[in-house]
Amino acid sequence: MWLTRPLQERSTQIFLGVLFGALVIVSALHLFMPQDSALYVSSYTVTLLGKYLCYALLAVAVDLVWGYLGILSLGHGAFFALGGYAMGMYLMRQIGDRGVYGDPVLPDFMVFLNWQELPWYWAGFDMAWFAFIMVLLAPGILALVFGFLAFRSRVTGVYLSIITQALTFALMLAFFRNEMGFGGNNGLTDFKDILGFDLRTDATRLGLFLATGIALAIGYVICRGIVTSKLGRVSVACRDAEARTRFIGYRVERVQLFVFVVSAMLAGVAGALYVPQVGIINPSEFSPLFSIEVVVWVALGGRATLYGAVIGALLVNYAKTVFTGIMPDAWLFALGGLFVLVTVFLPKGIAGLMSRRSKKDDTDTPAAQEATA
Amino acid sequence: MSIFQELTNRDQVFEFLAPVQSPVDVRHGPILYMEDVSVSFDGFKAINNLNLTIDDGELRCIIGPNGAGKTTMMDIITGKTRPDTGSVWFGSRHNLLTMNEPDIATLGIGRKFQKPTVFEALTVFENLELAMATDKRIFPTLTATMKPEYRERIEEVLEMIGLKDLRNAPAGILSHGQKQWLEIGMLLMQKPRLLLVDEPVAGMTEQEMERTAELLTSLAGKQSVVVVEHDMGFVRSIARKVTVLHQGSVLAEGSMDQVSNDPEVVKVYLGEEA
Ligand SMILES: Nc1ncnc2c1ncn2[C@@H]1O[C@H](COP(=O)(O)OP(=O)(O)O)[C@@H](O)[C@H]1O
Ligand SMILES: [Mg+2]
Repeated sequence: MWLTRPLQERSTQIFLGVLFGALVIVSALHLFMPQDSALYVSSYTVTLLGKYLCYALLAVAVDLVWGYLGILSLGHGAFFALGGYAMGMYLMRQIGDRGVYGDPVLPDFMVFLNWQELPWYWAGFDMAWFAFIMVLLAPGILALVFGFLAFRSRVTGVYLSIITQALTFALMLAFFRNEMGFGGNNGLTDFKDILGFDLRTDATRLGLFLATGIALAIGYVICRGIVTSKLGRVSVACRDAEARTRFIGYRVERVQLFVFVVSAMLAGVAGALYVPQVGIINPSEFSPLFSIEVVVWVALGGRATLYGAVIGALLVNYAKTVFTGIMPDAWLFALGGLFVLVTVFLPKGIAGLMSRRSKKDDTDTPAAQEATA
Repeated sequence: MSIFQELTNRDQVFEFLAPVQSPVDVRHGPILYMEDVSVSFDGFKAINNLNLTIDDGELRCIIGPNGAGKTTMMDIITGKTRPDTGSVWFGSRHNLLTMNEPDIATLGIGRKFQKPTVFEALTVFENLELAMATDKRIFPTLTATMKPEYRERIEEVLEMIGLKDLRNAPAGILSHGQKQWLEIGMLLMQKPRLLLVDEPVAGMTEQEMERTAELLTSLAGKQSVVVVEHDMGFVRSIARKVTVLHQGSVLAEGSMDQVSNDPEVVKVYLGEEA
């Protein structure tokens, strides 16, 4: 089975081992260490780590399309944000009559705008199952429509990157507007609870952190499953010699569309887990700059490795937290400098440093593993 | 009991599970039929009223000076370029002008490019695996596994193209000649009815050329092969029938001796080489 194949693979086993190990250690240090111990992990840190894991999942999604399909998406922030908004809408409806205006149905910002009733597209978001489906469907459908149009007309390379930027920029402008019904530039915030659990308690925060870790593990295995399947090899073929792939009978645009939609959905899940942990979703997540930053994480970590994307996302965001604490204005320069340094000295990213073992892994897999399958 | 057997013998109950028979209809003559085909790029007629017929099982060589339109002709047959006028039929049933590249490939036309293009990041084995004639839709490809008979077929082709020892090497490290062969191997994996081979021996050593000639002649009969080539010695060694293309249309057609004695041909092509 394509989904279980990665589980037999050394690199995936190591990745999952390290990830689950980290989840357990962080939880244990949070739960069992006395608060004054140097090893104690505060609830604040747990949530910060949860946020990093969301970014890591987003980076994995970007690496799937950029690394293996050759589509440099500079608009994945849009899928992340849409997943986030779907979750945000659910969390808004969960507030119920506990808002400032106490309206049992309408979120505060709608009361403030003198709206009389919920817009039709807010219907159903009071039900968790519906909202969670929309977390996948909203980015998935946007990717499907966008990808269908772009790939069918064979838009590739720089042009595609530019229209992905335009896409996320257009969405940002749209979501800034109050009439859109998504809270304008304030976005959605003041969440109270999720699935009945109070978002301000330590237990809920730890739970969200763990859920994010598990989502990252599942997302990684799905991507790895695609990448190690024959379809993954076809993706690489599309990336390197699109015309040739067509002439041996593959519908390149469908391969691109499938992988792109899967990637967008994973980005949506990352956004959905991000929102309850940071407590707000606003149009700045659509900012073109954010999408470019994600690509920088992947490039720094190492393209076309998946685990490199995770490493890149974690390291850069940790550096960002530290750096913005010391010199908030210099962060973008530091990121730019880091990017230049890595491109010049480590063209394969951080993962390139440790790739000797995994390279052997990669060339052996399809032939060696499928013999036993 | 017999009903049960019938049901378990599913390839007879469900027609789509039966081994695929080539749908190409050649009962009424040629496998490829091009009539009055013209195409122009920015007013320049690259193909000009081209008429060409390839019989089933034939090995045909196409020669002509640079810019004669040989590659463009292949682009038209494989669906990459749409002609302005004319018709192109594969057998008597399939109008190629209404089909796209993957469909034409799946129907049984394989193509080797002038510049060898293989998937350099993938291994030799994987290159052949991807080319193999199987269900190439998304989900069958996602769930595909390497069956023993697939492996056998790949090994067979590896043997034929002399790349057995390099099966796990990334195709990017192959020499130019080896890439040419890998590409021919990928063609064979597709099990096409018609092979279009654009300048197969460019960059090959004398010895490699001989083996390529052998390979191509051995294919003819079972498959139809159209070879575009510059190397006259090579053409002479494999050709039974030669078509000379000049300025987008057929200048002469016949055996190698016939065309090389044709004064027109000598003037435009052979003359300038001699
Ligand atoms: N896509 C294209 N756009 C413009 N001109 C083209 C295109 N493809 C081919 N040509 C022109 O058509 C002519 C025939 O080219 P080609 O078929 O490659 O010749 P050959 O393969 O016989 O050397 C050349 O003059 C070439 O410049
Ligand atoms: Mg040519």
